[in-house]
Amino acid sequence: MAAEAESETGLVFHPMEQFKIEPLFGEGPIHWYTITNQTLWMGIAVLVIFLLLVVGTSRRALVPSRIQSIGELAYGFVYKMVEDVAGKEGVKYFPYVMTLFMFIVVANFLGLIPTSFSTTSHIAVTVVMALMVFVGVTILGFVKHGIGFLKLFWVSSAPLALRPVLAIIEVISYFVRPVSHSIRLAGNIMAGHAVIEVFAAFAAILAIAPLSMLGIVAMYGMDMLVAFVQAYVFTILTCVYLKDALHPAH
Amino acid sequence: MEGDIVQMGAYIGAGLACMGMGGAAVGVGSIVGNYLSGALRNPSAAQSQTAMLFIGIAFSEAFGIFSFLVALLLMFAV
Repeated sequence: MAAEAESETGLVFHPMEQFKIEPLFGEGPIHWYTITNQTLWMGIAVLVIFLLLVVGTSRRALVPSRIQSIGELAYGFVYKMVEDVAGKEGVKYFPYVMTLFMFIVVANFLGLIPTSFSTTSHIAVTVVMALMVFVGVTILGFVKHGIGFLKLFWVSSAPLALRPVLAIIEVISYFVRPVSHSIRLAGNIMAGHAVIEVFAAFAAILAIAPLSMLGIVAMYGMDMLVAFVQAYVFTILTCVYLKDALHPAH
Repeated sequence: MEGDIVQMGAYIGAGLACMGMGGAAVGVGSIVGNYLSGALRNPSAAQSQTAMLFIGIAFSEAFGIFSFLVALLLMFAV
């Protein structure tokens, strides 16, 4: 019965269709140099950041305009986060953290525009950012502390008998970092967008169409929150990893 | 009825993987609940711990996302 009703109304679920990467110009295979919708929306994200931070603050008004105060708020927010989590020493690496935060938050919000493409929903994008953080932090730790960086895995506050076991767990959790770091962002964004699409498919049934529209609105609001919180979480975890590299001893 | 038993197994597995989301929900609920009860006891210390709250939520939530990923792999990749 239900199946018949579905085939009559033509209920179709394609929640994953929206994440498909396609070449912008023409058809054909995708090489590393092919300009795709992914490239376009990443470019738009960079352009928006440029307009916000460079053009928006170029007048340097004493009483900031609206755009300038958004830029100043973002700067102050990230600066305080780096200072609080990574300490005074971590402030040296503030530009990188700021770059990550601005790119992720702008890409997330651009992905929420209807018919746009959410670049951060692809693990290929987020894993590069997470790996850069992971490799960078590891190199930084070894450069700063030499072999002493390995103290990070030797929990000196634990009982001696437990330490080798804890060391194994710490090593595993260290290498899982880039995995969870990247999949958290991509998975959250992907799941949010897919759920909106599933609700949108239910709108084809007249009886529950109002309910599904309410669902879309609710999920959209939720995704607005998630878009910001995930950028915040990605950045703050970067700061935490940075702190581990700067002060490896427990 | 088309499809084969491997397909059926994959779909059942994808459904089972969704149970992991329940675990993540319990974890996030526990973190936020404990944060709130702590924050209401000592509101002046609450502001400084919001970063820790979000880090905790992120770690807990990651495992729910992993289960979602497994479900996706079973649906589309296997």
